[in-house]
Amino acid sequence: MGRKERFESWLNGERDPYLGKVEMKPQKERLLPRTLLKKYKKDHEEAVAQVYDMTNNRQIKYFEKAYRILGVLGCCLFITIMILTVSYLPPIGVADKPVNNEVPQRYIEDGLQETGAVNIVTGMILDYRAFDTFGESNVLFVATITVLILLRALPGHGGGKGKEEADTAKEEARQEANDRIYEPKNDVILQRVAFFLVPMIIIFGIYVILNGHLSPGGGFSGGAIIGSGLILYLNAFGFSKTERLFTEKTYKGVCFCALTFYCFAKSYSFFTGANHLESGIPLGTPGAILSSGLILPLNICVGLVVACTMYTFYVMFRKGGF
Amino acid sequence: MTVFECLLLVFLVMCAISVTLSKNLLNSIIIYMSYSLVMSIIWIILESPDLAITEAAVGAGVTSVLFFVTLKKIHAIEREDSDKESSGQQKGGE
Amino acid sequence: MGANLIANYGETVAMILFGIGFFNLLLQRNLIKKIIGLNIMDTAVYLFLALKGYIAGRSAPIVADGVQEVEAYINPIPSGLVLTGIVVSVSVSALMLSLTIRLYRRYHTLDLDQITVRLKKEGL
Repeated sequence: MGRKERFESWLNGERDPYLGKVEMKPQKERLLPRTLLKKYKKDHEEAVAQVYDMTNNRQIKYFEKAYRILGVLGCCLFITIMILTVSYLPPIGVADKPVNNEVPQRYIEDGLQETGAVNIVTGMILDYRAFDTFGESNVLFVATITVLILLRALPGHGGGKGKEEADTAKEEARQEANDRIYEPKNDVILQRVAFFLVPMIIIFGIYVILNGHLSPGGGFSGGAIIGSGLILYLNAFGFSKTERLFTEKTYKGVCFCALTFYCFAKSYSFFTGANHLESGIPLGTPGAILSSGLILPLNICVGLVVACTMYTFYVMFRKGGF
Repeated sequence: MTVFECLLLVFLVMCAISVTLSKNLLNSIIIYMSYSLVMSIIWIILESPDLAITEAAVGAGVTSVLFFVTLKKIHAIEREDSDKESSGQQKGGE
Repeated sequence: MGANLIANYGETVAMILFGIGFFNLLLQRNLIKKIIGLNIMDTAVYLFLALKGYIAGRSAPIVADGVQEVEAYINPIPSGLVLTGIVVSVSVSALMLSLTIRLYRRYHTLDLDQITVRLKKEGL
């Protein structure tokens, strides 16, 4: 074997040139005595226990007491300062305050002509400040998705990656079984009452949404009412009935359509530099249902998003999935 | 302005304090629910019917229901724990 | 001390409620009570805002009988702001409650101090 080959084989780690040629003593593994190791471990554990012993650690105790006292004092101080500030504010119920400037004046005096909405608040939040409301519907959507991520529990297809995950899925399945055992299903009184109440609640919610520009209410309140009606229906008749009506697909479709429509209807203000464009829809006679241009469809969109959100929150909390 | 409004405001403060002091979680949630309902009456007195409807549906309805479901879920987990190990944990859930 | 303390009793109550909610948030150990405290703080802020817009003797901002005078209606802006705020507060509390459920599933307690201790013991 030439020098080069030897060098290469040494380079590749195939052979050790010193093996068998140099006298070597087998090295002793450096081991602390077991008792010492044990002692170190015990010391460490004791130290941790002492530090985190809530009942006996003096520092934690003092800190907690000081925290409580300082917290109470801070709250009292805060309330005092705030009340002192309030005592300098203009009195309630008086018209000439800095709050009542030209902005509400414009909204009240020209709102009906410009937006067509009889309810000035609705005209404000869905026409003058519609972009703001769009952001808020998206907040609801994002909150729903986050809750879905946090509480998702599907024993069937939960990824099945590791043992831990499978364990949690199993545990959650058992938990859900428990949930159903302790739920009084087929309660006759609840079912009878729900049979009469649920349609009325939902119709009332639809009424509130459709009359959002004419009377108090609108997308937010009407959507919450419809959501409560769906929750009552779910409680009375169980998941098997509601799943015929409302599944994950329904949620996805409804929210996507509503938010996209809202986005296309209002986000042109990005491109026009927050200028108002004519929607082309006639404002109609104030007081009629089909009036006030875009406000009615936008109200319906917001109502759908809110209703789906409320119902989905409940389903997530109950079951962890649709 | 009126005696009625003063009474409602005092009731609000009482509710808030009793939420703080109550030991039972279920009690405090129910007190919070009544707090929301009184708040919705105050919205009507303050001439904001939109807010009244929303607060009654959302604050007293959905939020309280979510709190109840959370409590029930926690009790279910707790019960399961005590089933698993006979020395169940008593803490926290009450 | 300003002169309007008695006239502003509604705002005073709002501030007291905010303080109580803050107290709950700071000093309660139970997570659910902390969340209730945060909700109380929310409603206190809404009450303060709505009281700012209230004007005695005027009606709700819904045009009635074609009257469009400023002197007829209260300020609609705080109502609009609070309306959106109420719905957002629900989603915030739902988010926090779901986090609470996750924490309970992991640590089997609602006491924040115990959770902190266990977190530190695990070296996080």
